[in-house]
Amino acid sequence: MPIPLLDLQQCSVRFGGLTAVSAFDLQISADDLIGLIGPNGAGKTTVFNVVTGVYRPTAGAITFESASISGLKPSSIARRGIARTFQNIRLFPTLSVFDNVRAGFNLHLRHGLAHALWRMGTFYREENNVAQQVRELLEIFDLSKFADALCSSLSYGDQRRLEIVRALATRPKLLLLDEPAAGMNPREKEKLMELIQLVKQKFKIAVLLVEHDMKVVMGICERIAVLDYGIKIAEGTPAEVQANPKVIEAYLGEETKKV
Amino acid sequence: MKYRHIKKWILLAGIVLSAVASHFSGTINSYYLQIVIFIGINITLAVSLNLINGYTGQFSLGHAGFMAIGAYVSAYLSTEHSSAFFKAFGTNFFSIALLFIGVLIAGGLVASVAGLIVGVPSLRLKGDYLAIVTLGFGEIIRVLIQNTDAVGGPRGYSGIASYTTLFWTYSVAAITIYVVVSLIDSTYGRGFLTVRDDEVAAEAVGINTTRYKVTAFVLGAFFAGVAGGLYAHSTTYINPSGFDFQRSIEIVIMVILGGMGSTAGVTFAAILLTLLLEYLRFVSGYEWLPEIVRRIAQNRVIIYSLVLIALMLLRPQGLFGRLPRRGIPVGGMAASRRTKLPAASA
Repeated sequence: MPIPLLDLQQCSVRFGGLTAVSAFDLQISADDLIGLIGPNGAGKTTVFNVVTGVYRPTAGAITFESASISGLKPSSIARRGIARTFQNIRLFPTLSVFDNVRAGFNLHLRHGLAHALWRMGTFYREENNVAQQVRELLEIFDLSKFADALCSSLSYGDQRRLEIVRALATRPKLLLLDEPAAGMNPREKEKLMELIQLVKQKFKIAVLLVEHDMKVVMGICERIAVLDYGIKIAEGTPAEVQANPKVIEAYLGEETKKV
Repeated sequence: MKYRHIKKWILLAGIVLSAVASHFSGTINSYYLQIVIFIGINITLAVSLNLINGYTGQFSLGHAGFMAIGAYVSAYLSTEHSSAFFKAFGTNFFSIALLFIGVLIAGGLVASVAGLIVGVPSLRLKGDYLAIVTLGFGEIIRVLIQNTDAVGGPRGYSGIASYTTLFWTYSVAAITIYVVVSLIDSTYGRGFLTVRDDEVAAEAVGINTTRYKVTAFVLGAFFAGVAGGLYAHSTTYINPSGFDFQRSIEIVIMVILGGMGSTAGVTFAAILLTLLLEYLRFVSGYEWLPEIVRRIAQNRVIIYSLVLIALMLLRPQGLFGRLPRRGIPVGGMAASRRTKLPAASA
């Protein structure tokens, strides 16, 4: 088996007496599309936060491209190639759509403060380069017409899309999507599924998806891991997971015995 | 790309203009000249504070502290160590200019080191807590100066050479505006705004928020220090109580009044507030006004409060500020027509 892109080994996160995630194992290869599901409070978002450096794992190891990333700052982890979106959309509300995406290119800048002040040829070359890439990204995701609009004036679905575009601007190798379908109507959900497929094919990146909507998860994921009370209870293809009695129990409760 | 160098041309124009104006400053009444210089110094202070408070979203109340450091360091250097300098270079126009630039930059650098010292521990704090720490810092600086006999302690420091002219004041103001404006108008500089808008999201796209916050503090403190140097060499006498909490508040009010994150607005507010406070000196002398009005006019704190209350009621985003409002794109209706936003067409 090739070395996985992201490797979580026996990862645990404890908040005081509460164990949010316990001895969690997950391997993601460079072209995987993996779903992470589980009932409310199962620890899915905690897994995201521990991978992106918002929390530090209490125990266990996280390696990305064979290097440990546990304990790094979120910005350093993003620089190594892990991008994410948030459960509740977190765009930069006072910035335009264009600038929101441009913020994603910040980590690729080779010139900083001095060039912004000196403003000679190299500065403009880089700025033009960034601007062109932003426009290309917006074009791909059909957001160009909103480029100068304030991002908070977009519709909910467009804001979700913009957040994904911003994450892609960092040129990630792994994209974490936290409940992208939350609050969407069936039509928007369908468009989202197409979008995720498009992202995966076009940018050739791995995707880890946390989602409540089974139709979305079962529809696009190649592999699914199921969390319940911070413990991984199943992992496999959508069909395997659906048939797993432990998963059914976690979602629907134990079948009562007939008297 | 035709206008690529427009910012630099405007900067150059500002400096040349201040040189020309400075040439004729002899014909202006010295009282008015002093006010015009104070306006320039206040523009520098307000625009540099706006980088910290407006663009980066950190609430600093310690700007007078940075200003005090710059004022005392530059005044001390130019007073105590100028004779050796003039002995080496002779006393002429250029050596004075060189000395003045040197002491201003020295004051700014020491202030920016202080900015670094305040900035780093402040990173763990937000909002009100940060405000209190920076306020405490400003007071510490003031008390330290008050207890330093080498610079006169509570008696103040006098005998500072009068080097500040219109040229220096407005060149510094122009440079400050140039630095802040061109910084914000770059992909790098937009990072400051992302820190203000959402730190968690900024970190998630790989922006080192710690670095941006410290940079804002260091740059803001530098220009406050230079402004302090200009102030010291303008009044020729400085006193620790001139850099107290009220001074910090005054600069913060300029930023809030102009609109957080609007350099043009903050510049305008600095002019407006400086003029207003000077005018109130006359008002408090008008015999025909009722006693109470004259008393209020005398008390700056009351005026600040009134200005702030009126502002919060009438225009909470500041004179030039823009509030992010749902459904209305940047640039108002013109932009909405251009982009045909569904939200705005309804």
